[in-house]
Amino acid sequence: MEAVLFYIFAIGVVVAGAQVVLRRNPIYGAVSLVACFFFLAGIYVLLSAHLIAILQVMVYAGAVMVLFVFVIMLLNLKEEELGEMHVTTMKGIGLAAVLVLVGFIAWKALTPVQFARDMAVNEQIHGFGGVKAVGNVLYRSSVLPFEVTSLLLLVAVVSAVVIAKGKI
Amino acid sequence: MMTIGPVHYLVLGAILFTLGAAGVVLRRNAVVVLMSVELMLNAVNLTFLAFSRFPLVQNAPMQGGILQGHVAVFFVIATAAAEAAVGLAIIIAVFRSRTSINVDEFDSLKF
Amino acid sequence: MQAFLDSLIRGWGHDPQTWVWTQLIYVAFMGLFSFAVINFAAVTAGIFSWAERRVAGRMQSRVGPNRAGPGGFYQWIADAVKLLTKEDLVPTEADQFLFRIAPYFMMVGFACVFVALPFSHRLVIAEMNVGVFYIIAVTALIVVGIIMSGWSSNSKWSLFGAIRSAAQIISYEIPAGMALMIPVLLSGTLSTQGIIRAQGPWPWEWYIFHDPASFAAFFIYFISALAEGNRTPFDLPEAESELVSGYNTEYSGMRFSYFFLVEWGNMWVMSALATTMFLGGWQVPFLPVTDAADKIAMLSGGWTVLAELASIAIFTFKTLFFVFIVMWLRWTLPRIRVDQMMNMCWKYLVPVSFAAVLFVAGWMLVIHAVPALDWIMRIVLTAGGAITLVMFWLRTLQNIKDTGDKFDFTSNW
Repeated sequence: MEAVLFYIFAIGVVVAGAQVVLRRNPIYGAVSLVACFFFLAGIYVLLSAHLIAILQVMVYAGAVMVLFVFVIMLLNLKEEELGEMHVTTMKGIGLAAVLVLVGFIAWKALTPVQFARDMAVNEQIHGFGGVKAVGNVLYRSSVLPFEVTSLLLLVAVVSAVVIAKGKI
Repeated sequence: MMTIGPVHYLVLGAILFTLGAAGVVLRRNAVVVLMSVELMLNAVNLTFLAFSRFPLVQNAPMQGGILQGHVAVFFVIATAAAEAAVGLAIIIAVFRSRTSINVDEFDSLKF
Repeated sequence: MQAFLDSLIRGWGHDPQTWVWTQLIYVAFMGLFSFAVINFAAVTAGIFSWAERRVAGRMQSRVGPNRAGPGGFYQWIADAVKLLTKEDLVPTEADQFLFRIAPYFMMVGFACVFVALPFSHRLVIAEMNVGVFYIIAVTALIVVGIIMSGWSSNSKWSLFGAIRSAAQIISYEIPAGMALMIPVLLSGTLSTQGIIRAQGPWPWEWYIFHDPASFAAFFIYFISALAEGNRTPFDLPEAESELVSGYNTEYSGMRFSYFFLVEWGNMWVMSALATTMFLGGWQVPFLPVTDAADKIAMLSGGWTVLAELASIAIFTFKTLFFVFIVMWLRWTLPRIRVDQMMNMCWKYLVPVSFAAVLFVAGWMLVIHAVPALDWIMRIVLTAGGAITLVMFWLRTLQNIKDTGDKFDFTSNW
């Protein structure tokens, strides 16, 4: 079951990710990116990272991608402004070759590595990756980074408005 | 093949990262470049989560130490959201003055 | 759900851990539950479409559907059959692929919510520990569907409608999300069932009357949910007088019906969520269910079934009451302007919702120190709410008497 789901999601991630890179029209790229993030959320669930999977869908599909699509529509590029496609068949084949090579190298390099154990299954950590467990770590050992993140988001909001607005 | 171990997730992360890097290098459209950066960030997230569930250290600390990976992913997601907002704002500002989002044309330090 | 299936498999004399067919049974029952949920959503949305037109007819002194069946009740079936058999047109200039799949995105985003929505004490498909987050997250798919449909139609009206809708929905997600965080803060769980268990059956035990900030949060949530569902007074994305029909202008037949199914079905979703988070959900009076003690489970035999039915009835009644209020608002209020809508969200609802979360966090510390204050505040707020309702009721009765209005159930309305 897990293997079947993993391969479905993994193929989805790679195909959708390739679409982002290879599609000429950015709208298609954005839609493929949404699909890619959904498949990735499925993979995160397989890794029993439930909270992160939900956050992934909420932040990326709900907010970031809408922002991307919004900007693409706002710029509303004409056909000729999209620029000619630099990705030719040869480059596509090259990309596929690189992907296979990277996957192969990673596979060969990682296979002899001894991984300690499966934390979610063997150690019986209760609620691994759930809200309580992650929240405990987040608020116990990373309070300062957490607070700084809120500052970062505030700065991002203000700077996005300042940069994009032109005249205030 | 049938049991999914850490290597599967890590290889998927490597492939996704390569895709993102290829997008940054190959594409000229600034929006697509930003989207490829998002892909790379997500590959990193996947790696964090895989190592969080399958740690390398034999006697890794319980709960607290292991779930640090999830916390890191949490921060990456927050940072990626901020990055997308600022990056797209910059693209809009540049598009106003250059009427183009081709990254090859952004070759002067001041305009 | 898994526990239920495991017990079912054990009933057949197999061990769910080792039996080969266990996974297949899981998948089969997932399919069965999805089928049931999608049909529930579709039928509810259909009946709401009829009810909405009846309510509109009543409120605006005009004729609603009144020919097919008692009170025109079969009208929604006739509409559905008509929409299903209509030709499925795709404009030549439209982007074929995106145009075709956009309605499915909306449908998926809408149907997925039902997985975490409770219906009664036991009737919930999955009790997740991230339930509320999950609901907020999958609703985001609806925005993606709207944008895709608007862009792929290759029509000005659709594009304007989609951009308005996207701006509106992602803006109002912030106050809605912050308002939903208040019951989460108070109950200490994200599970929808857990939040209901943390409340009680009586009004003063509900989160809406817990403190002034949660009272405000309820209304913030309700307004934001109206905006997220593109309901009047926030139906700018489909403003008929300016945009023809908004993002669904170019659609016809079955795909068009998906958009309306989502719109009407969303009324159930938002009302059920409001009921769950703020109004005590399915809690039955005299049979409170908490994490510590489950009075319904303690009953025996037929009484359990009766209590279960009562909890379904109570939840449905509360939800339908809010569905009615949503319809009532639609046929009473005029549409607001785009700038007014954005001002309302960013200048009023967002700051107020942040302040409400802060207040609730502080209030929890206060009542932790002085528990008596908790009950005083709850009683005062409940009394205030009750008095307002009674005054409203008396005023309405007076109005009805003055105008000599009457509602005749016996004729074909």
